[in-house]
Amino acid sequence: MAYSDKLLEHFKTPKNVGTLDKSKKSVGTGLVGAPECGDVMRLQIEVDDSSKIIKDAKFKTFGCGSAIASSSLATEWLKGKTIDEAMTIDNMDIVEELALPPVKIHCSVLAEDAIKSAIADYQSKNK
Amino acid sequence: MNSKLIYLDNNATTPTDPRVVEAMLPYFSQFHGNAASRNHPFGWAAEKAVDNAREQIAKLIDVDSREIIFTSGATESDNLALKGVYEMYSRKGNHIITLKTEHKAVLDSCKKIEKMGGEVTYLDVEADGLVDLSKLENAIKENTILVSIMYANNETGVIQPMKEIGELCAKKGVLFMSDATQAIGKIPVHPKELGIHLMAFTGHKMYGPKGVGVLFVNRKNPRVKVTAQIDGGGHERGMRSGTLNVPGIVGMGKAAELAMLEMEEEAKRLSYLRDKLENAFSEQLEEIYINGSLENRMPHVTNISFKHVEGEGLMMTFNQNIGVSSGSACTSASLEPSYVLIALGLGDDLAHSSIRFSLGRFTTEEEIDITIKQVSAGVTHMRDLSPIWEMYKEGIDLDAVEWSEH
Repeated sequence: MAYSDKLLEHFKTPKNVGTLDKSKKSVGTGLVGAPECGDVMRLQIEVDDSSKIIKDAKFKTFGCGSAIASSSLATEWLKGKTIDEAMTIDNMDIVEELALPPVKIHCSVLAEDAIKSAIADYQSKNK
Repeated sequence: MNSKLIYLDNNATTPTDPRVVEAMLPYFSQFHGNAASRNHPFGWAAEKAVDNAREQIAKLIDVDSREIIFTSGATESDNLALKGVYEMYSRKGNHIITLKTEHKAVLDSCKKIEKMGGEVTYLDVEADGLVDLSKLENAIKENTILVSIMYANNETGVIQPMKEIGELCAKKGVLFMSDATQAIGKIPVHPKELGIHLMAFTGHKMYGPKGVGVLFVNRKNPRVKVTAQIDGGGHERGMRSGTLNVPGIVGMGKAAELAMLEMEEEAKRLSYLRDKLENAFSEQLEEIYINGSLENRMPHVTNISFKHVEGEGLMMTFNQNIGVSSGSACTSASLEPSYVLIALGLGDDLAHSSIRFSLGRFTTEEEIDITIKQVSAGVTHMRDLSPIWEMYKEGIDLDAVEWSEH
């Protein structure tokens, strides 16, 4: 299976790898997938309290190259977006950007789930 | 291809030895005859070449050359042995016993036999990949006609207790068939000494060409027969019709001759390199697991799970120049991890984390040294990226986490 240059770039030098302090009120954490299924994504956002803009995003992913690239791309897209804008990120946008083959579409679905899950966590902390 | 590429996927296929290619070349254009053309020199030359190859192969496994049936490969040989025995011996019974860790060529043939009205028992293996002989004995019934157990496993290299299985089959009066694809040409295999009645193998896993295989069929005590699965001109004693692949057969014969000469030295060299690879990973990395029996296995294979690292992702860190295989679901279209490793009792997570390194005749020590470096770096990189590695390091019990399975 040949991968796109963009995918390989995100895989080899992933952007925004790391961990944010999940105990902070301004941080939302999404942990999706399961080790048994071969992929686990943890995606975190830090939201600026006054502007509601995502000022930082970090991830760690256990998974195949497509899963890692999808989560790296997701964090890039999240930074600078408002929560509302972030909610509109669709998995098919990731599929298109990275040219994911059909058997890897689930990786993009997982990334979208991780985004939604991180936002939900942030919102539940900041009701 | 880049000459710096490192090939450690010899269980998938081996490169054809240049000496084999050289032996094959005259049989494309110079001696192009059909081995079944008995009435002119073109046919005679082809027939002579086939006879010679049959002798070379028979010698390697210490059988009579009349017991060698040429096919297109091990998959066809497996199909012929299983379906052929099922049809030929239907009056004696309809029950076949095999293992859950067999190759798909055996398992899918068995599934077809079930559809045809047969009964198949798929035995579990122990944690080391070996069959439990008492479980096998208990599974043999009145209507059992055949036990089919592979010699060495393709994913783990685990070698089954063939002699004991052969004795058991003889005692119970059932036929014993073995897919020996991964063992032939790498370790000594003598079916007559082991009580094996049918044995499948292929050219392209022993430095011969693709597209040619063998089914050994025992001729005496007992005389075994199989119903042909491909009908036509009645070649190969009526068991497999079709014009013989003369260049392929010549190549497989030459490969057998070379294997006989070089196998012993080669096995020593490869087990040294394999052990070097395993020892280096064990020293440099935490949480690695070697899958399958360490005592009963092929000299050139190791299957290792790098915990909390996904196999395909790991492969992507070095697959620009190193070719290996993974038991990870992500390498297959099915999205299921290796059924062989699952049958050994590995959790899905460890099965997803596995890599198979299979060394071969052209593997050098320098290549192993490069592999150690690149794979170790890859594992470290992937663990830095892995949330479950981080959780594991923090002492979180991963089994207690409620994962959102998808």
